[in-house]
Amino acid sequence: MNKPNIIVINGQEYLFTPGETILTVARRNNVDIPTLCHMKNATPTGACRMCVVEVQGARSLMAACTVPAGPNMVVRTESELIAKARRMIIELMLTSGNHEDCLVCPATGDCRLQELAYKYQIKAGRFPKTKSRYDLEAVNPFIIRNFSKCLACGRCVQACNEVQVNTAIDFGYRGARTKIITKGDRTLKDSDCVFCGECIQVCPVGALIPKDAYKKARICDTKSVRSTCTYCGVGCQVNLHVKNNEVQHITGRGDAAPNFGSLCVKGRFGFDFIAAKERLKTPLIKENGAFREASWDEAIGLVAERLSAIKAKHGADSLGVLTSARISNEENYVVQKFARAVLKTNNVDHCARL
Amino acid sequence: MTNPIADMEKAEVILLTGTNTTENHPVIAAYIKRAVQFKGTKLIVVDPRRIKMAAFAEQWLRPYPGTDVAWLNGLMHVIIKENLHDKEFIANRCEDFEALAKSVEAFTPEYVQNLTGIPAQDLIQAARLYAGAKVASIVYCMGITQHVSGTDNVKALANLAMLCGHLGVEGGGVNPLRGQNNVQGACDMGGLPNVFTGYQPVTDGANVKKMEEAWQVTGLSTKVGLTVTEMIPKAHSGEIKALYIVGENPLISDADVNHVEKSIAHLDFLVVQDIFMTETAQMAHVVLPSLCFAEKDGTFSNTERKVQRIRKAVDGPGSAKTDWEIICAISRKMGYAMNYASSREIFEEIARVTPSYGGITYERIEHEGLHWPCPTKDHPGTKILHTAQFTRGKGKFHAIAFVPPAEKTDAEYPLILTTGRVLYHYHTGTMTRKSEGLNERAPECFIEMAKADAEKYGVKAGAVATIASRRGEIKAKVKISETAVAGTVFLPFHFVEASANKLTNAALDPISKIPEFKVCAVKVLA
Repeated sequence: MNKPNIIVINGQEYLFTPGETILTVARRNNVDIPTLCHMKNATPTGACRMCVVEVQGARSLMAACTVPAGPNMVVRTESELIAKARRMIIELMLTSGNHEDCLVCPATGDCRLQELAYKYQIKAGRFPKTKSRYDLEAVNPFIIRNFSKCLACGRCVQACNEVQVNTAIDFGYRGARTKIITKGDRTLKDSDCVFCGECIQVCPVGALIPKDAYKKARICDTKSVRSTCTYCGVGCQVNLHVKNNEVQHITGRGDAAPNFGSLCVKGRFGFDFIAAKERLKTPLIKENGAFREASWDEAIGLVAERLSAIKAKHGADSLGVLTSARISNEENYVVQKFARAVLKTNNVDHCARL
Repeated sequence: MTNPIADMEKAEVILLTGTNTTENHPVIAAYIKRAVQFKGTKLIVVDPRRIKMAAFAEQWLRPYPGTDVAWLNGLMHVIIKENLHDKEFIANRCEDFEALAKSVEAFTPEYVQNLTGIPAQDLIQAARLYAGAKVASIVYCMGITQHVSGTDNVKALANLAMLCGHLGVEGGGVNPLRGQNNVQGACDMGGLPNVFTGYQPVTDGANVKKMEEAWQVTGLSTKVGLTVTEMIPKAHSGEIKALYIVGENPLISDADVNHVEKSIAHLDFLVVQDIFMTETAQMAHVVLPSLCFAEKDGTFSNTERKVQRIRKAVDGPGSAKTDWEIICAISRKMGYAMNYASSREIFEEIARVTPSYGGITYERIEHEGLHWPCPTKDHPGTKILHTAQFTRGKGKFHAIAFVPPAEKTDAEYPLILTTGRVLYHYHTGTMTRKSEGLNERAPECFIEMAKADAEKYGVKAGAVATIASRRGEIKAKVKISETAVAGTVFLPFHFVEASANKLTNAALDPISKIPEFKVCAVKVLA
């Protein structure tokens, strides 16, 4: 007879499916184990060790993200020993590179290291700071790579290789000299990078930030509005991060299909058009070959009058309406209703054919 | 799409054709790449260009542009000959198999090789791969539809999927990738000359009566209207006197734009409603400023038929209004009381008159969208179409004859031009070309050529070449690329200053009225 697969976490019994990690079982049952490098739907790497737990009978603490749950395994997720280990890990992270400038860091409020440091109340200072070996890279239009903040957690590498499968970046040099590199350690602009920005979205600190981050409000200072991307037909779910009546950033919604956080370069970075100075702001009427500004009343009056006159003279089917694949369902509905019920023609189409 | 996007990771085999997925639908490309890399899915790419997805493919088949029916019939020929078709599915779910079998009889691999350039052995291998899979998905885009044989191409894809029983199942299906955020929705909403919302024909008296009651009007037209590709020429000939264009830029996006410009100039009255002063808007008599997606509430329907919310995040510029507010104001002025308080109220009306949207409400899609058909409030939505039967009952096999492209190369115009988008820009560039970063990555038009062609026609990488067709000419920088196969060149159509659509052929598919953007004859001069 097969025994049910049961693991004991913090004194509670939980069922698991063979192959599931301790972390997966714990999270499913709302047992909080802190992580930093862990990424859902990517191969666990066990790089950061934040998720260490005690497993009865094991010689040392184990990384919950990599160790598979086993039958009758007894796990503790919080203890003095675990807390000590986690504190040490955070302390070492804080001293590796430049992590003391939260006041001027774009990632503040959206930084996993900051969150963990706060949770465990850790300040840097006990160990000497290690200097970053690599210079900041900003020679592309979208992504700043600030190696002085990189913890080499590998989330960006997984995002690029396992989620977007662009295989533009990987670990290079290794050991103390570890650097996330492109092929041949070129700059991103001369690499296979297609600037989808998945790496920025998954970076747990401020090592990867949008190029314009310093000119924009920090994400933590913005209001987030859920929406749907306006470019292709995939319908990626996005958060518009808004401050001062301006969209400051767009990120992918990690919790929603179809994209689960992923976006492309247009969806993530191509939103300058929203606040572009060239936006049309007022109705325009052409007179003697040139446009002049007009009130809505005047413009709408003119359109209604001209359409009515042409309809009266040449019939409804001398009028045509092109609705749009770019506007909402509600607007398309109203436009075709206008063509059919008001103009009385079925001459209504849009750019699906083009 | 017959199947949801997430299904792509469940397919054993994916047949990808006429879609440059990494450039045009990058997030779907990621699904397919993951499937290949981590789930053991085998990918067959059929495309005239050696696109990025070809690097992930088990097989890349390279047909001459515009020969899709030939290789599709060839695949079916092999499948039937080798007895790999799904007899049970065909017997239970389909009809007219005999007609199909007869129609593909002549398409032997050798004959197909002659027509398409695809080696006979490769075709046979692909047929075995697709038919041999437990579930296989077909994914396509405008490379299939933008031909004079576009409708035939799609029917041939449907034939293939039915022949192998790869329809109505998870991981299968025939899946067109839609290029614009709400092109699905615009069709669903009746933004088409032949149907009301939810594809209810305007020629059906019962539908007309229903709409007349819902809209409180009489005298709705029961005559099928004109498509965009018919309206423009009829503007030239004078049958169309006025056009009202919302959020479109035909002066860049249509085929043979020189002719489009002349046609539009003929109009007595042109209204353009848009967020920018587009090339088309410049020709208008009245321009009305509207709001973009970030400035309004509403819904978009994506390529997998999922109705999803957009929400107002910021106020728009100046006195710009939502498209529906503008149209309602004009309607009222013309004597029809079109009044809505919000997009939600409009959506409620849509649900009332559209069976496939009947069960969808803003409340239900607050957190996640729903796939139509969703006829009732307690219906969970339909992720996979045709699971028990097809819309018409039995799936009908169509015998499809091979029709070559409308335009042929000759001594003067020896190269085939195909057009499309690049990753960093979107359609007519109205939005993306406002982005400094995107412009830095893709600043200008280019002509993508094989090295052999560049040498043959004496043009150098990076030099500006003249590209001419029988309709016009443009100048663009030469980009020598492994993506191009000798004999075929590629141009992106985003760039007004080097508008690819000055060259393209406006010959239409007789049914869909889609122009043949993907094939025309050109020459390239230094």
